Formats: sequence, structure tokens, C-alpha cells
Amino acid sequence: MAKTYFTEDHEWLRVEGGVATVGITDYAQEQLGDLVFVELPEIGRKLAKGDTAVVVESVKAASDVYAPVDGEITEANGSLSADPSLVNSAATGDGWLWKMKLSNESQLDGLMDEAAYKAHIG
Amino acid sequence: MTGEDTRHLPLEDLHQAAGARFGAFAGWSMPLTYPPGVMKEHLHTREHAGLFDISHMKLFEVGGPGAAALLDRACPLDAGALEISQSKYTFFLNEAAGIIDDLIVTRLGENRFMVVANAGNAIEDEKHLRALATDFDAKVEPLDRVFLAIQGPEAWAALSRAGIETGSLLFMHGIEPRQNWFMSRSGYTGEDGFEIGLPEKEARDLIAKLLEDERVQWIGLAARDSLRLEAGLCLHGQDLTPEVDPASAGLMWAIPKEVRAGHFIGADALRSIIERGPSQKRAGLKPDGRQPVRAGAALVDAGGNPAGHVTSGGFGPSTGHPVAMGYVDTALAKPGTKLFADVRGTKIPVDVTSLPFTPHRYRKG
Repeated sequence: MAKTYFTEDHEWLRVEGGVATVGITDYAQEQLGDLVFVELPEIGRKLAKGDTAVVVESVKAASDVYAPVDGEITEANGSLSADPSLVNSAATGDGWLWKMKLSNESQLDGLMDEAAYKAHIG
Repeated sequence: MTGEDTRHLPLEDLHQAAGARFGAFAGWSMPLTYPPGVMKEHLHTREHAGLFDISHMKLFEVGGPGAAALLDRACPLDAGALEISQSKYTFFLNEAAGIIDDLIVTRLGENRFMVVANAGNAIEDEKHLRALATDFDAKVEPLDRVFLAIQGPEAWAALSRAGIETGSLLFMHGIEPRQNWFMSRSGYTGEDGFEIGLPEKEARDLIAKLLEDERVQWIGLAARDSLRLEAGLCLHGQDLTPEVDPASAGLMWAIPKEVRAGHFIGADALRSIIERGPSQKRAGLKPDGRQPVRAGAALVDAGGNPAGHVTSGGFGPSTGHPVAMGYVDTALAKPGTKLFADVRGTKIPVDVTSLPFTPHRYRKG
């Protein structure tokens, strides 16, 4: 069964069978404002926790989205090329950013569950 | 996000009540966006009327028998040739003809002028003008006003409904419709619109009336920036700096021909720049595709040689594509030239293009 985790950098991960789908939270998309471009990662790229995985661009500024754990990119959300505003309208659904195969599942233990994340953003 | 020295707008409570998200700009805590968001705010201004709190900007009244002579020294301007109520876009230049600030000067009376200056330069501007004023019979008085802009094709109608008639006022003219008010038909969006400086209490009354009108919405600084960029208008601190002269900036239209031979500060330097030709010129830049190219990005030509840099860039909500401007080597600054912008190591193709991206819709007559 899929389990969802959250990071202090306002990302969410839905983990199932060793693969995480990653996106930014609704709180994060509200802070960024209207997105106009998402620079997606290459499939097969290996990321260490804290590496920049994706750059999301609003009208005004570009912001990095970091890999929340170690792993390898297996898929990027191609529908964002045509419609980056999906991240605004469905941050935790159709606006997901990438999928990654986890190389160290124990890193998940350091992340927050939804209740802890809600407390984190106050 | 904001330090102790951050200045707060007199109407901050109204922006908080309207749900604004704030950010720091030029030492001020400014409303960046309201709940509709930058995209909708931008489009609303182009279609209806946007209300902006620009009280961070500074109004100076310059008066006295030597006021015109003082301004003619500080700016490449013939202030005495302005008709009463006529406004002129101009600059304070340094001795090297670098732009200390860009301004709008309006003649209020025989010996009275209004100078509207940028927030980030207001303190420097005042020092500069006061130092020069000692040589002239003129007084420089910074005014304590709320400053509002109302911009868009329905701005005049919304003001009329709020009891302010603008009928005979044309683009780049300014008047004092009431005591301690200053109202000009001008702005920073490329649309028809007005800027009104007025005392705080009267500003609160006017805003309440304006916001009863569904054509009028608060617009934040983020949309102010995307609107001015589409309109090809410069932001001092980015597109204009004390290292950039009016010839390189493509702003010689603001300097009347008969003034160019004159004795304003920076005149000699500007004449020699014009004689040898500026090495770079400001140009519009249209990136291919959807990825924005932003301030600071380096430009290279097809051979990979340095060709200039981007000074403003973002996404144009009305054009539907990224828009930018920057300084390009003069030989490459012709519209149609293909260049590349370096964005995090990727070379994004950009076309040099004429400005504005969105046609101006000023009310000139």
C-alpha cells in the first residue's frame, strides 16, 4: 500500500514498491504563484538527497526542487511541458513532478507524515 | 524576510485585509500578489482597471525662481519650455552620463515642478538635488503622500464613477485637482491610466469608492513588473544603472535635440558617447519556447562569443510567452538577430526584437 511522506522543503513523496512519486505541496505552490515552466529531469539521472532535481519557474522567479532522498529518476511528468499550471491546480495529484527508484529506503524514516507536516506549516 | 529597517506602506492594513502576500523591494515591504495571483492580476489590468499602491515612490516639489534652471542642470531637460501641466520623462545623470535615476517631471506652475522618483533612489536623489539647489534660487521639498496608480482601459471610467473627472487630461500631463493632490495621466503598464498622489485619509476614501466598482482590483508588484516588461519600460536598478547612459539605453527620444548641446550634468560625456556610438544597446529579447530567461543570464552569438546580457526577464501573461530585455553588442542589436541565453548551462535561442512586446494604448488626444 502506498504511503505518503513530506519534507521540510514542502515536497511530498508517495512511495509504493520502492518507487517514490514526488511533487510539491499545495502550500508550496501557493507560495510560488502561477507556474509558467517546469524544467524536468532526465530519465536515468542518479540523485543524492539535496540535489536539484527540477526547476519550477513562476512569472517572477525560478526555484529549485530538491531530491528528498537518494535514487534514480524513472519518469518525469511530461504533461507539465504543455501545462505547467497543473502544479498550481493539482499539486498533490496530476501536478506531480517525477518518479524515482529509491536506493536507500531507510531515509524515509527521517521524513514527516501528513499530521507532522501540517503542524510544520502551522 | 524583512529586516528592522524595512519601511511599511501607510496603507499596509488595507493590503493585509485584501489578502496580499508581501515581499521586500527597494527597502519597502510591498504587496507582491493578492489572492487572484500574478497571472489574473496582470490580465485584469489589461482588460479592466488595476489599482496599485506605489507609495514607495517619492514625490518632490521643486519651486522658486531658479527651479527650472536647477532642473535643467540636473536633467537633460528644458524645463522652462514645458507648458504648465506638461510632463516629461527624464533622468538625473552623473558626470559620465550614467543614469542615477529615471524620473517624470511635470510643470505645475510658472516656477513649480513635480518630480516623481524611484523608491530605491529617493534618498540619493534628494541629496543630489539639494546639493545642486545651493547654486540656484530653488527649494526642494519631499512630499508626504499616498501614491496610487490606476491603470487599464477602464481606469478613467472607474475614476469618473468615484467622482474624479479626467476628461481633458492627456497622456503625460499632470495637474493638482484638489489641494495637496497631484494627478497625472501616466503609468508603468503600457495602458491608459493615472497616478495620483494625495493625503492618506483622502486616499482611503478614494480607494473605498474605487473598490466598490467590480472593474477595479488591487494589483501587486509582481504584475506591475510583468506589465512594464511587456510594455518595454525600464526598471532602474536592472535595465538602467549609473553605469548605463541614455544612448546605450535607447532613450535618446527623451532628450530634446536642442538640449543635447546644453550644459546639463553629463552633457560632455553623452556627446562623446554619441559621437563614437555606444558599444552596446538595449534590445528586446524573445526566448524560443516556454522557458523564461531572467536577469543576469549571459548572451552569446551563434559562434559562442559573448554578445551581452539580460537585465530583465520573465513570462508575459498577455503575450503568452517569455519576454526579456537586455544589452546587446551594437552590431548584434538589430531586430531579427539570433542569439543564445545561458540558463543554468542550457543555451536557449532568443530573437532580438523591437519593443514593446504589447502595444502601448496611451490616451494622447
